[in-house]
Amino acid sequence: MTSAATDDVLVRVRGLRFAFGSRRIYDGVDLDIARGKLTAILGPSGTGKTTLLRLIGGQWRPQAGTIEFDGTDVHKLPRRGLFELRKRMGLLFQQGALLTDLTVFDNVAFPLREHSGLPERLIRDIVLMKLEAVGLRGAASLYPEQISGGMARRVALARAIALEPQLVMYDEPFTGQDPISLGVLMRLIHTLNQTLGLTSIVVSHDVAEVLSIADYAYVVSGGKVQDHGTPEAIRASRSPWVQQFLQGAPDGPVPFHYPAARSYAEELGAVAS
Amino acid sequence: MNAPLQIVSGFLRRLGEATLFFFAILAALPAALLRPRLIVQQLYMIGVLSLVIIVISGSFIGMVLALQGYRTLTNFGAAGSLGVLVVFSVVRELGPVVTALLFAGRAGSALAAEIGLMKATDQLAGMEMMAVDPIRRVVAPRFLAGFFAMPLLAAIFSLMAIGYGGAHLMGVIVLGVDDGAYWSQIHQSLHPHDVVESLIKSLVFGTAVNWIAVYQGYHAAPTSEGVSRATTSTVVVSSLAILALDFVLTAFMFRS
Repeated sequence: MTSAATDDVLVRVRGLRFAFGSRRIYDGVDLDIARGKLTAILGPSGTGKTTLLRLIGGQWRPQAGTIEFDGTDVHKLPRRGLFELRKRMGLLFQQGALLTDLTVFDNVAFPLREHSGLPERLIRDIVLMKLEAVGLRGAASLYPEQISGGMARRVALARAIALEPQLVMYDEPFTGQDPISLGVLMRLIHTLNQTLGLTSIVVSHDVAEVLSIADYAYVVSGGKVQDHGTPEAIRASRSPWVQQFLQGAPDGPVPFHYPAARSYAEELGAVAS
Repeated sequence: MNAPLQIVSGFLRRLGEATLFFFAILAALPAALLRPRLIVQQLYMIGVLSLVIIVISGSFIGMVLALQGYRTLTNFGAAGSLGVLVVFSVVRELGPVVTALLFAGRAGSALAAEIGLMKATDQLAGMEMMAVDPIRRVVAPRFLAGFFAMPLLAAIFSLMAIGYGGAHLMGVIVLGVDDGAYWSQIHQSLHPHDVVESLIKSLVFGTAVNWIAVYQGYHAAPTSEGVSRATTSTVVVSSLAILALDFVLTAFMFRS
C-alpha cells in the first residue's frame, strides 16, 4: 500500500482560489474529504458548491491552490491521466445528465461498455444489479423523457456507481423533489455509502436533510469555509454565517439586498429630479 | 475606434478555436471509424432523414430548369439540347450547391441543436466525468456520417432533377422534347471529370457544413438562447461558406 492509500483523506483541497472573470468564487479554501465518509458541502445558492465538484473532477482549473485525489494532484495530470482518474469518481449532476437518446438500461451500461471490456451478458447482469439497487429495474426499457425527475436522479446514481468508483459526488440531489422522492434519495445515498464503502460528497442547501445523513459538513459562503465539523457541531455553531444559513434568516452576513452602486435614496432622488 | 479591432480579434479568435476543434475531430476520426455502429446510426439521422427534402427539391428544381431551358432554347431552335443544359447545370452546380444548402438547413441545424442541447443539459459534461471524450463519442461519428452522406445526397438530388421525376418529366413528357435526343445529349456531353468535380464539391461542402455545425453546437452557450443562436449561425455561416467555396472551386476547376 502507498502512503496515499493509507491516508484517511481521499480528497485534499488546499489554498483553493477560483474566479469567474472578476467574480471571486473561492478565496483560499482548505478542506478534507475523509475516506469512507459522507461529507456535506452546505451553502447558499450561487456560493460555488457545484463549482467545487467540477474543480475536484478536473473539469475546471483553479487559479491557485491544489486539489489532490488519493494523493494525486488532479490539475497536474495530462488529459489521459485525468480520464483514468475520473474512472474512480462518479458525479451525479443536478438534473441527472442522462443521455436522452439511450434507454435507462443503456445509460447505466454506458460507462461499462466504454471502459470495462466485459462481455455483454456480464454487463447486462451488472446493470440490472445497479438498477435493482436504486429500485428501477422495472424501468430499464424506458427513455429519460418517460421517467420523473426523481427517477432520473436514481438512474444517474446507478450510472455513477456502475464502475464502482471510490468517490461519488452529488450535486444538489434533493432540489425540486417531492417528499417521497427526497426520502428515497436520502436513504439510497446513505445506504450506498455504507454498503459499498464509498466516499461521498453531497453538495446541497437542503440543510436538515443533508445533516441527517452526513458524517461531516463544511459550510461555504463568501468564498471561504465559514465553519466545519460534525452535524452536531454545525448545528451548535456560533458563526453568524452558519446561523443565518441554518435558520433561513433573510438578512445577515449574506445580505438580502444585492449591493448597488448608489443608495436607494440617491436613486429615487435622481428619478424625482 | 476599438470596435472594428474587437470584431476582427473576435473573428480571429473564433477562427483559431474552430481550427483547433477541427484538428481535434481529425485526431478522433480513427477511433470513431472503429465503431461503425455509431456512424451508421448518424447516417440514418443525417442522411436518410434528409432524403425527403432532397428528393422533392431535386424534382422541382429539375422541372423549373426544364421549363426555363426549353423556353430559351426554343428561341434558338435548339430545344433538343435541353438534356445538355440540364445535365451541366445540375451536375456541375445545382446538385452539389443546392444539396449542400438544403443539407445545412436540415441536417446542419439539427446537428448544432442536438449537440448544443447535450451541452446545455450537461450530457457532454457527464460524458467527460465518465472519462469518455465527447469529441470522440459524439462529434466525430456525426462529422463522418455527414461527410459520407453529403455526396450521396447530392447524387440523389442530381438523379431526381435530371430524371423521370424532374427535367425529363417536364421536358419530354409535358413539353414534347424527343426522349431519345434528351438522353443521348446527356450521354454524349457528360464526362467523368464533370462527375468528379461534382463529387469534390460535395465532399468540400459536406466537410464545411459538418465542421460549422458541430463547432457551433459544441461551443454554444448552455442556454436556450445559446442553442438558438448556434442553430441560426450554422445555417447562415454554412450557406455563406458553401457559396464562397463554390466560387473558389468553380474558378479553380474552370482554369484547370
